[in-house]
Amino acid sequence: MVDRLLGLAKQAEHPPQAAPAAPPDPRATVWASVQLARNPRRPHTLELLAELASEFAELHGDRLFGDDGAIVGGLARIDRFRVVVVGHQKGSDTEENIRRNFGMAKPEGFRKAIRLFELAERFGLPVVTFVDTPGAYPGAEAEERGVAEAIARSIGAMTRLRVPIVSVITGEGGSGGALAIAAGDVVIALENAVYSVISPEGCASILWRTPEKAADAALAMRMSARDQQALGVVDVVVSEPGEGAHVDPAETARRLRAVIIEYLTTLAATPPDELVALRARRYRSLGAFQDLGPGPEPTPVERPGLADRLRRAFEAGSRTLGDTIGGRTVGGRDQREDVGRLQEDDE
Amino acid sequence: MPLKFPFRARRESYPPDLWTQCPGCGQMLFNKHLDRDLRVCAACGHHFRLTATARLAQLLDPGTFSERDEGLIPVDPISFVDSRAYADRLEAARTATGLRDAAVWGFGSIEGRRVAICVLDFGFMGGSMGSVVGEKVARAAEGALAESLPLIIVSSSGGARMQEGTLALMQLVITLGALDRLRAAGVPFVSVMADPTTGGVFASFASVGDVNLAEPNALIGFAGARVSAGTIADELPPGFQRSEFLLSHGFIDRIVHRSALRAELARILGYLAPAGGGSGSGTREASRG
Repeated sequence: MVDRLLGLAKQAEHPPQAAPAAPPDPRATVWASVQLARNPRRPHTLELLAELASEFAELHGDRLFGDDGAIVGGLARIDRFRVVVVGHQKGSDTEENIRRNFGMAKPEGFRKAIRLFELAERFGLPVVTFVDTPGAYPGAEAEERGVAEAIARSIGAMTRLRVPIVSVITGEGGSGGALAIAAGDVVIALENAVYSVISPEGCASILWRTPEKAADAALAMRMSARDQQALGVVDVVVSEPGEGAHVDPAETARRLRAVIIEYLTTLAATPPDELVALRARRYRSLGAFQDLGPGPEPTPVERPGLADRLRRAFEAGSRTLGDTIGGRTVGGRDQREDVGRLQEDDE
Repeated sequence: MPLKFPFRARRESYPPDLWTQCPGCGQMLFNKHLDRDLRVCAACGHHFRLTATARLAQLLDPGTFSERDEGLIPVDPISFVDSRAYADRLEAARTATGLRDAAVWGFGSIEGRRVAICVLDFGFMGGSMGSVVGEKVARAAEGALAESLPLIIVSSSGGARMQEGTLALMQLVITLGALDRLRAAGVPFVSVMADPTTGGVFASFASVGDVNLAEPNALIGFAGARVSAGTIADELPPGFQRSEFLLSHGFIDRIVHRSALRAELARILGYLAPAGGGSGSGTREASRG
C-alpha cells in the first residue's frame, strides 16, 4: 500500500523549477526546510481545506473552558468522504497570529480535538488531521490547566479510536503539541515539513546551551520529512510545487487531496478492530532497541570455596597496599562493571 | 619529599563518602542516617532522588522483586551527536549507574499484594524516555494486563530522550496505547511522580493514572524551565510546577511523604485491585469517583 502511494507521490512530482545551485551542506538543507515550514505564507489548515474540501463547517469549543484558535476543527466533505477535520491554525499576519497564538495550542485546544475525535467515532466518520505547530504553548496558564494531561488524553484517544485517522504534517511537527493530533493510521508529510521531538531551538538550548546552534540541532535530530520517512515515522512524502507550498497553495492542496483520498479509501475498507490493532502495531514498531534476552542478572555470585577465599584475601591485601600508595581506591564497583560488559559481549 | 601516610589519604576521602549536604536547607546529613530515613532530609523534609534499586527496595516486600525484560538495551538509531555522541553518553550512564537504561520493571509484592511495577532512574541520562523506557513501560502494562495485577509506575524523568529523535516521541503513543488497553480491562494503574516528572513523560503515562500520587515538592510540569525561558519570556509564579501547585490545580490526587508511600499504595490498591487477580481478598467494595 505504501509503495503504491509512494508511486503516486512520485507521479505528482514536478522537476524543481530552475533548481538553484544549492550548497550540498546538509545542515543548510534541513535549515532551509525549517524556514519553509515556518513561512507565514505557507497554507495552513483552513487555507488547505478551502481548496481540498468541497464543504467545511467549523465546530468550536472544548465544552470545558473555551475555544482555542490555535486548533480548528469541524465537519468536511473531501471527495465522496464525510470526515471530521482537526488541525493547527497559524496566522498569516501578526494580528491573526496573536489570535491564533502562533499555532501553539493550549489545553482547551487539545480538549477540543479529543471532543471532535469522539464525535467522529460516534458517527462513524473518518478523521483527517493537519499538523503545523512549533509546539504546545509553554506558558504558565497552559501548565495551570494541565497541558501535559490534555496531550496525553488526546494521544490516548487516538490510539483507541475505531475510525480511520489520516494525519498530514503540513509544516512544523513540533513535539508533543504536534503528536497530540498526529498519531494517525497513516502519516503523510509535505516535502518541506519537519517533525521533531523538541524544537531545534529548544534542543540547542539544552544540549548546546545556546539556541544559536538550532541548525546543528535540526540536523542532528534528522527532522526533515525525508529523514522521518526513512525512520518510518512518516509513511509518505508529498512534493511541493516550485520553491515551496507557499508559492502555489492550490496546487499543494490538490496533491495532498489525491493522497488523502487514496488512504481514506484503503482505510475505510478496514474493519474497526483490525484498524485499531494495525495502528497499535504501527507505533509499536517505531522503537529502536536490542533485546539480549532473558539472561540471568549479571550477579553470578557463587559461594567461594576455602581455596578461593584464601586466594582472594591474599590478592586483596596486595591490592590495598598498591592502591594506598597510588592514593586511589578500588572497590567492588569496577569488578561489577566488568561483569556487565562481559555479559554484553556474550551477545 | 614529604612522606605519605596511608591513613592520611584515607581520612581525606571520608567526608564525601560519609556526609551529604542537603540542597534544601544546607544541613550536613550523615549518609547512614539519610539512608535510614529513606533519603529524606530529617531537618527540612527534602526528598533526595532515588536510584531504581533503592526505590524498589523501599516499596516492595524484601526479596519479592523479579525483574522482567532486563535484556533490553538502547541503540543509537539516528547516530546522534551533540557535544558528545549518544553512544558515549550511554556508555557513561551505564558505567555510572550499572543500569542498561533508565527504566526497570518486574513483578513484586507490596504488603503481600502482588503488583507489576516500573520505576525510572533519573541517574541514567536524566531518566529520559527513549525506545527502551517506552517499551518497558508498555511491557509493564501488558504484564499487568496478562496477570490482572495492578500497575505502579514511579516516574523520575526529564522527558523524552532527544538523542533518539522522533522515535522517542513515538514512545508517548506506545505507552499510552498500552495503558489504554489496561484501562479498558479495568486493571488499576497508580502513577507516582517523583522529582522531576516533566516533558514527554508527564505528557504521557505519568499523568493518566487512575490515581496520581506525587512526592512533596517534586518538579512536575510540561515545559522545562530552560525551554520555557528560551521560548516564551513569561514571569513564572512562585511554586510553579511543584507538587503542591499540581494538587491545587487538580492534576494529582494526593501528595505523599516517602515514609508513607508504601502503606499508601497498599491502601489504595486495597480499594482498586481487581477481585480476581493478585493475593488481595477483593471483597472490600470500592467507591469510585
